[in-house]
Order: sequence, then C-alpha cells, then structure tokens
Amino acid sequence: MKTFSIGGVHPAENKLSAGSPIREAALPKQAIFSMFQHIGAPAKPVVKKGDVVKVGTLLGEAGGFVSAPIYSSVSGKVSKVDVALDASDTRRMAVYVDVEGDEWEESIDRSADLVRLEDRPDLDAKTIVEKIKQAGIVGMGGATFPCHVKLCPPPGEKAECVIINAVECEPYLTSDHSLMLEKADEILVGVALIMKAVGVERGYIGIENNKPDAIQLMTEKAKAYPQIEVVPLKVQYPQGGEKQLIDAVIGRQVPAPPAIPINVGAVVQNVGTAFAIYEAVMKNKPLISRVITVTGKSVKQPSNLLARLGTPFSQLMEECGGLPADTGKIIGGGPMMGKALISLDIPMTKGSSGLLIMNNKEARRAEAEPCIRCAKCVSACPMGLEPYLLSNISSQHMWEEAERECIVSCIECGSCAYTCPSNRPLLDNIRLGKTTVMGIIRERAAKK
Amino acid sequence: MSNRLIVSLSPHVHSGDSVQKNMYGVCLALVPALIASLYFFGLGAAVVLITSIVSCVMFEWLISKFILKREKLSILDGSAILTGLLLGFNLPSNLPIWIVVVGALVAIGIGKMTFGGLGQNPFNPALVGRVFLLISFPAQMTTWPVSGTVGYVDAQTGATPLSLMKWAIQSGDASVLNDMPSALSLAIGQHGGSLGEVSAILLLLGCLFMIWRKIITWHIPVSILGTVALLSGLLHYGVSDVYADPASVLCSGGLMLGACFMATDYVTSPMVAKGQIIYGVCIGLLTIIIRNWGSYPEGMSFAILIMNAFTPLINTYCKPRRFGEVIRKEAKK
Repeated sequence: MKTFSIGGVHPAENKLSAGSPIREAALPKQAIFSMFQHIGAPAKPVVKKGDVVKVGTLLGEAGGFVSAPIYSSVSGKVSKVDVALDASDTRRMAVYVDVEGDEWEESIDRSADLVRLEDRPDLDAKTIVEKIKQAGIVGMGGATFPCHVKLCPPPGEKAECVIINAVECEPYLTSDHSLMLEKADEILVGVALIMKAVGVERGYIGIENNKPDAIQLMTEKAKAYPQIEVVPLKVQYPQGGEKQLIDAVIGRQVPAPPAIPINVGAVVQNVGTAFAIYEAVMKNKPLISRVITVTGKSVKQPSNLLARLGTPFSQLMEECGGLPADTGKIIGGGPMMGKALISLDIPMTKGSSGLLIMNNKEARRAEAEPCIRCAKCVSACPMGLEPYLLSNISSQHMWEEAERECIVSCIECGSCAYTCPSNRPLLDNIRLGKTTVMGIIRERAAKK
Repeated sequence: MSNRLIVSLSPHVHSGDSVQKNMYGVCLALVPALIASLYFFGLGAAVVLITSIVSCVMFEWLISKFILKREKLSILDGSAILTGLLLGFNLPSNLPIWIVVVGALVAIGIGKMTFGGLGQNPFNPALVGRVFLLISFPAQMTTWPVSGTVGYVDAQTGATPLSLMKWAIQSGDASVLNDMPSALSLAIGQHGGSLGEVSAILLLLGCLFMIWRKIITWHIPVSILGTVALLSGLLHYGVSDVYADPASVLCSGGLMLGACFMATDYVTSPMVAKGQIIYGVCIGLLTIIIRNWGSYPEGMSFAILIMNAFTPLINTYCKPRRFGEVIRKEAKK
C-alpha cells in the first residue's frame, strides 16, 4: 500500500468520535467573526455597530489577493467591531453579532438537492475560481491558505492533477471522515469543480486505510467519475502534509522551499474544502459553517459537530457534555500540530478542524533528559532533516549553519519531538531557528 | 474558568519512549548471553558481572553527586548498569575483583563522566575500560578459563580460538587450526574467552530482539558482520588456509558482542544510515587487519574505538537524503 517515502511516525489514533454522525450545533447567542481566519492579509470589516445582518451577509472584504472575505453565519445585529481573543491566542480585529432568529440571504440555495456538474454547463474555469474567491473559501485542513490562490497557477506552471487530502492523519480528528460518509456525492462534485477550475483530467482522493468505510463508499461513488481515483494509503503521520501526500499519491517530491506543489504539477485541496467549494459554486453558499471534531479522553460525548463559524468553543463543549473537571489543556486542532488555547471563549474559525481536551496528566510534558544521540528523530523526520542538530544549532543561535542544514524545509509536523526518548523540546527550538532564518532570508531578498 | 490551563507548543502527544526503555531494552537483549556465560563460567562470571555493574553504578553516583554536584542523579537511567554489564562481558571470568573495579572507574570516570555524562562521551565507556585493562594488565586480561569450569580463582586456563588463529598465520602452519573447536561449538559457546564472547548465537538473538523492538537499526551490525564475513572469506578461500574460515571468525572472540552491542552504542555511533554503514564497514575492515596482522589477537575493541573517533567527522559529511533532493538534481541536468 502506498505511503510517503521518508520518515514518519504512527501515533495512537484515538479516533474516539469515528462513526458518530454529524450533529448540527445550536445557534450561539453571540457570534464573533475574527478578521484573521486565513493566512495572508486580514479581511477589512465593512459593517458597523447597529447594522442588521443575515446569514451570508458580507462582514469583511478580502484585504488583498492572498486574503479571503468573511461572511456572517448568523442573522442579527452587529453589536461591535472590536478586538477579540481568537484562535491565535491574541486579541485581533473582529465583528461581534448578537444573534436574532435565523434569516438567510435569499441568494443561498438551502435545498439538499444534489447539483451535478452536468446540470451547470455554463460554469467555466474562470467563473468557478471567481465564485470560490467570493465565497471566502480557505484550506479547511487547518492551513487556511486562501483557496483561489492555489487554483491560479503562477505563469509558466501547469497543473497536471488534483489531489484531495482526505487523509486526516492527526490523531483524534474525524471531521473529514464523517463528512465523507455523509456527503460523498457533494464532495465528488466539488472535486470535479476543482479539476475543471485548474483544467486537469486527473483527480486523486488520498484516504488512509484506517477509514475502510470511507474508502469503500468513495470508491463506489467515484465509479461515476472515470477521471477520479480513490487512493487508499497506509496509515502514517504526517501523510496529510501537502508534500508527503503528493509523494504518497503520485510519487513526486516537491523540492525544498521556495518550490511549491504546482512545480511538480500538483494542486492539493482538503476534502472539507472540496465540500465547501461544492456549496459555494452550486448552492451559492459562502463559507459560514464547517464540521469540527470535539473530542478528548475525558469528554463525555466525543462528537462531530456541524457548527456555524463564530460560535464560541465553550458552547460546542457544552453540546458534548461540558468541559471535563480534569481538563489540563485545550487544543485547537489535533494533538500533533494543533495550538494550545488559553480560553474556551475563543470563537471557531474556518480552520477549526478540532477541539481537543487533554486531561491534567496528558497535558504535561515529561522532563527533558540529555540527548543520547539515538538518531530516532533523524529516522522519523519526513523531510530528511536532522532534528537533533537543527535543535542544537538553533538554541545556540547558529543561524548560518541552520540555513545550510535546510531548516526552512521543516514542516513543523512534530514527529521528532513525538519520538524523542529523552523528551527533548526539539520542535520548540527548531521553530525558533526556522522563523529567524526565514526572516534573514527575507531581509537578504529585500536588499537585492 | 477555575481550571488552570497548560499552554505549550505542539506536538501535544508523545510516543512514550524513554531513555530507560532503550537502556533496559539493551540489557534485556543481553540476558540470554548472560545466562549462557553463567552456565559456562559459573561462579566467576557472576562475581565479575556483579562487581562490574555495582561499581559502575556506584562510581556514576559518586561522581555526579560529589564532583559534578548534580541535583538530578542519573544512575537509574540504565546507562551505567548497561556500561557495567558490557564491561563485565568484556572481561575474563577469573579476573581479580580489584581489577574489575579499576576498569569500572576508568569506564565511568574517564570514559563517560569527564565528558559530562550520558550523551556526551566520544568513546564507548565500556570499551575504554576494557582497553585500559588490556593494556595495563595484559597477563590477567588474556588468561581465560576454559569454558565449563565452575570455580572462580582456581579455574583451568587455556588457549582461545583467536590465539590459535594468530598462531596459524604467524607460523604459516594451517594444521594449528585443527585444534580449534568447530564453528558450531564456537557459535554455541564452548570455548575460552571473555564472559560475553562465548555464545555467538545468543548474542545474535539479542541483536534481532533489539532490531525488532526498534532500539537499533540493522545498519551497523549487518555492515560489520558482512564486511568481516566477506574479507575473511576472501582470505580463507582465496589466499591461504592459514586464515581461519569465515564462520569461525564470525563466532569467535568479541566480534558478535562488538558488532551487536558495542558498536551500536547510540552516543558514539553515527546518526544517519549512510554514515552507519561506512562506520560498520570500517570497523569490519580494521578488525580483520588487527586480528590477522596486528600484535593483539583481538581487534574488535580497537576497531570500534578508532571508528568512535571518526563518528563526528562521519556525522558532518553524511547527511540524510533530504525530501525533494532527487528531483532537484534531475531538474539541474
């Protein structure tokens, strides 16, 4: 069975919420829409206090090409435009909406009828990309890179295939899995739309074989789409990394930065993004909700919730049995790459794939011991780097050496720190080095 | 919220692997060979091993507490126990206790703690101890009791397969090798030698256990044993039959112990597969050279120590294959 060629680890999967159906979360009393829900320029608020908004009303317009607009997911009145604590653990610009009723913009098609690609012969590549851009769709796997940017290859590059990331290699998370089981038809139309948008004849859906039901269902449904192939993959973290997935599915390796996937002819989109694209293009529905996994060993009812963006995490927690008494850490995302949050009052955003609660015991890191040079980090690194070395030279501020040792290739997957028998904070140090070296490179480029 | 939340960077989960698990895993892998040495050498083996382990742990404790004044003591991480066990395996079973204690002091004191303790030493501590004793007490270190003797002090001693091999080469008389035990009895352990050198098969079993448990990778043991098998095969079949046959060479002396347990020491071996193979091939080559043409009958310890010295250099020049590297080269063409 296929997988990527270098390194990797296999953490305990702990998919507690696997198989639990998608449940619709209740509307919040107040929704908070951060203007920073994507990578790139923040959105600019276009509403003011007192404005009445509906579901689907524009709240913030894109702040540039690499940016995305933000729409209201609720109806009600704008109570303020002010800073709010968001999933980055910092206070940044946001729009607060006090919820009243549930009124939708009329342009949105709320029916459940499946619209196929054949039903809409008017759609050409340009229209599709424009609709995606207007709908504010970003990478839903967690990276939140504005989707339309990836669909517009830079001059001189030609896409050869579209790869859909349905790997969900993060332990605990099951939102993509549940989405595939319930929205397989819509996802396939979404994939076909992406393929049409970038003008390719070949599409792959990569799914790890710990989801046999999803593989079976998607393969069955994909029979109607001869250009789309479902590729079962051996379970291996970080297969959901863009570069690892391309390597696993089509056997091509994206060179070191600044190279990007399109340089090897691949366009990668998350399966959740494919679904959002379907809704945006076929149903005129901007990105206002998503499936989020609320989970953890002490959580009473680990679930997959379909929740409106802007809903505070505290409310999602209540829907799953409340915050456990022994909570030690709250993580936005999965346990390998997610971010520890400082509060449950933070609202969910476009990139919120999971809310993971760890108990006091799990939350604590074990004490670091001396490096015994066992080389397990070297074997685990999916980028072929030497984490022990990068960590050492970063903590000694040896930036030139760090650049020479390819520190900017690090994808911050955490396989090194996960595997280290001495519990060394390898990735903490490497992040410091990577950020600094990237700054140095940018400065050098600016001088030229 | 009344809870105090922990906020730290990802990853938020850990494999559960630890230094202890790895160190005790190696100790466990040595248990079959340990039982064999107790069977073949009896009381003497037990005396030497216990002395070696206890004094290694004691010296590590004394040095870290009273000289380095460390608050957190490292004696339970298993590394000192492992060093003691390996040092004991490298000694004859009738060695006087005080010499064993001196060896432990050199191994832990000079070999390990002078450099800062676990993870910092450039040379394998147990081998530093052994080679120090070999040079300082050559007579005691090379009088091995014959396998099967049970006593401690008054054990019978005899020539080892290695000294017979050397004698055959030096005298040019292949018939000397007729006195050697068969390769099979060498592999099982019916011959004289240091404690841990007796049973090649059980050492190999321990090695397979470590590879299975992912404590070590195959690269170092396979490259050493492969090189030795190839070179001794060339010498025996291609050059002259005064050189012993490959099976006997592989099963005699400290070769198996060295290849599986000494050369694979984490701290002193290269980090990257390519480097580990270079390291292993060089150890095999040096061992053959020293065994056949050097002045000592056994070359394994020296070969490993010499290559320990080259490990930093190997680490500097042997880099893992970076992701995307192959394609970058193709694109340049």
